[in-house]
Amino acid sequence: MSPVGAIVRKELRSYFVSPVAYVVATVFLLLTGLLSFLAIATASNRSMQMLRVQGNLPELNLNEFVFRPVFYNMAVILLLVVPILTMRLFAEEKKLKTMELLVTSPVTITDIVVGKFVAALTVFAGMLALSAVAPVALAPFAEFRWSPILTAYLGVLLMGGLFLSAGLLGSSLTENQIIAVILSFGVLLLFWLFGWAGQVFADTVFGKVLTYLSPLDHFEQLVNGLVETKDLVYFVAGIVFTLFLTHRVIESQRWR
Amino acid sequence: MIQVEHLTKLFGPKAAIADVSFSVEKGEVLAFLGPNGAGKTTTMRILTASLPATSGYAKIAGYDCLDQPKEVKRLIGYLPEVPPLYTEMTVTEYLTFVGRIKGIELERLPVALDQVVERMSLGEVRGRLIANLSRGFQQRVGLAQALIHDPPVLILDEPTVGLDPKQIIEIRQLIRELAGSRTIILSTHILPEATAVAKRVVIINDGRIVAEDTQEQLSARLRRSEKVSLTLKRPTPDVQERLLALPGVLSVHPESTNTFLVEAELGCDLREDLSRVAVQNDWGLVELKLVAMTLEDVFLRLTQHEEGVEAQP
Repeated sequence: MSPVGAIVRKELRSYFVSPVAYVVATVFLLLTGLLSFLAIATASNRSMQMLRVQGNLPELNLNEFVFRPVFYNMAVILLLVVPILTMRLFAEEKKLKTMELLVTSPVTITDIVVGKFVAALTVFAGMLALSAVAPVALAPFAEFRWSPILTAYLGVLLMGGLFLSAGLLGSSLTENQIIAVILSFGVLLLFWLFGWAGQVFADTVFGKVLTYLSPLDHFEQLVNGLVETKDLVYFVAGIVFTLFLTHRVIESQRWR
Repeated sequence: MIQVEHLTKLFGPKAAIADVSFSVEKGEVLAFLGPNGAGKTTTMRILTASLPATSGYAKIAGYDCLDQPKEVKRLIGYLPEVPPLYTEMTVTEYLTFVGRIKGIELERLPVALDQVVERMSLGEVRGRLIANLSRGFQQRVGLAQALIHDPPVLILDEPTVGLDPKQIIEIRQLIRELAGSRTIILSTHILPEATAVAKRVVIINDGRIVAEDTQEQLSARLRRSEKVSLTLKRPTPDVQERLLALPGVLSVHPESTNTFLVEAELGCDLREDLSRVAVQNDWGLVELKLVAMTLEDVFLRLTQHEEGVEAQP
């Protein structure tokens, strides 16, 4: 087994012997479950209203009325929840001095960073897969298209990956987990707000750059069922770049 | 096996170590002796290829610690001062993980694991969580971690710190057993520890090597006088004079009104003479003991000695 595999296994194990993964997954699933329920109930109320007014049962577009708002809200929950998943990864190793074991072993810093990222992404993907219970449960009773839901899940996965890499960066900067979580949360929210700021400076180059830097636009495209290379490139490049920064931070700590 | 030449490490303007050079032959045990903050850990971290030196170089089996870190890391087992333990794992899980990141092939791993568990007598705690083990067992797990890939070089940073006396003896015994086939560097701030396990001692103070020698020669060089502490109940004003009159006495320092430190020539045991004089003069002899040399004495002696030599024309 490669060293990356060993590190992934170790981190996964660590997620599931501590309550972190369970608590995060429970909160996330509870909230997304409630969101889905509210969205479906709202859609059903609306169709009842329209039935009364128009006299016939309307064909509501569930993709638009139910799933799109659910995915947007899911993104907000992720903003709050993902840094919790990553805060431990480097901060704890530094605090408990186990980082010393990793850096004196014949593994590269890339192995360590990638191993930790893959482990966190695996936990996150598992959590996300469980949230698919809502569309699956709805499928026998309603008609909707699966393809935009799948692209939206791709969007959530990519955006979650970006959040995780930012969380990893936050964790690499400190040995205090609270600081790690605040740092990553702050960075994520900042980039989130870039989307809004981009609208304020709408027609300038600056505004366009801000809009491009914010994950919101790219995410929206995927939720709307549009898979475009530029959005995929944004997320993948963002993840790779943030992991690279994490690598530099860990590397530079060796020099001090 | 280990070569260190003119190694210097600056942290900002402060030199943690300056111009440190020494070498260790294959199969040798070298003790690195010095007070806290002397630069022991810095030197060891450079040797483990986890900290780059500012200037100079360190080589292990011909591999440069800066340029060939991966080769160096394969050859060394390192036990930091705080053993790097994942306390939520069991001993077996932990050692399996360490084995994998140390690059042991999957088929060989169970054998390597069994060997190291047996060697460190960890059999009875294999399945227990590291968090629940005693400090002594945790230290052994730390040693097992350094040994699992059977490295030819072992680097141990204060391996007995924080242990009780029985555990200290056990760990020292283990280190002695490991010597022979392996090259071992260990650091300590306790003089008897250095002499108990190592043939050769490097004394480091304030980032610089102040002495490097075998244990016998070092103590021969250092012990230039015998010291006896004498406590009296009713000392008379002429105590110092009378003590100085004894044959072999070099100096008498009053440490308090009742206690005197008597220094005598090397190889001259004064205790018999001192007790006789004390009884004859009815000083009320309360305590009489040989003063062992402390690490502080060693440093004072060494640094003063060197400076004294330089100052003389």
